[in-house]
Amino acid sequence: MSEPMTALKGASDTSGIATVTELGPRGMITLRGDLTAKPVVKAAVAAGGVTLPERGHCATEGKGGIAWMSPDELLILCDYATVSDRIADLHSKLAKHHALAVNVSDARAVFQVTGPYAREVIAKLAPVDMHPDQFNGTMFRRTRIAQVPAAFWMPDGDTVQIICFRSVAQYVFDVLNMAAQDGSEVGVF
Amino acid sequence: MLNIHCPCCGVTAEETEFHAHGEAHLKRFGPGSTDDQFESYLFMRKNPKGVHFERWRHQNGCGKWFHVARCTMTLEVFGSYSAQTYVPPQDIIDKIQHRRPDWSAEAPAP
Repeated sequence: MSEPMTALKGASDTSGIATVTELGPRGMITLRGDLTAKPVVKAAVAAGGVTLPERGHCATEGKGGIAWMSPDELLILCDYATVSDRIADLHSKLAKHHALAVNVSDARAVFQVTGPYAREVIAKLAPVDMHPDQFNGTMFRRTRIAQVPAAFWMPDGDTVQIICFRSVAQYVFDVLNMAAQDGSEVGVF
Repeated sequence: MLNIHCPCCGVTAEETEFHAHGEAHLKRFGPGSTDDQFESYLFMRKNPKGVHFERWRHQNGCGKWFHVARCTMTLEVFGSYSAQTYVPPQDIIDKIQHRRPDWSAEAPAP
């Protein structure tokens, strides 16, 4: 098989108040279905390797995980190399149920913003209250970054991971760097 | 700037994360209806100064549709509720009447 390439080939910028990095290829599966149905939940838990997160949260462990996207949608994260196996497993487990599982790994880009001002960088771009009391722990938020849809969560207090569409990867990288440019710290959080 | 709550995913955000899609609770008349009824379904919209019910979509979030009750004059948002209803639920009506004692669900503002 051909070698997977990320949208920006792992570009990184450390010149600003936070480090913006494009993360390597990440396996992602969109699973849609009735999230109260046991077979769907069981298959999702098996594919993601973690327990089902509650509404508005995600559960991650290493490269694997499950993110709650909407009342009928989950995003399953995994190692890029294992996506096709997991998709096949999902399809066989859900063959008799009303559900949809699609490999979206190559349709997405993943970014990471790290540093003590990571929260500020996101707060400048998304309509989300990034105060540590409001956005913390395993919370997962689908929203917009400047003008494009994106989703993010915080693996720890100084790190934000962002998922966006691959077609807007360059735009998201640029606006993140603009929001993180040197000397632009506000100091509200 | 409107602060809107999405009843589907529980997120409260400002309006740029959402998109308004016009008046709520329109009735589509089925086969056998008159041209006038179909015209009213397609084109005739209330344009109230005051309490208004609208369809909104959580465009940059969960992608679900829901209804919002708000005031077009003061931009106050009274509340949001499921799109799977034909009429506004009682708790929303109570909230509006608490803020607008003159308003009634039967005779909305012209």
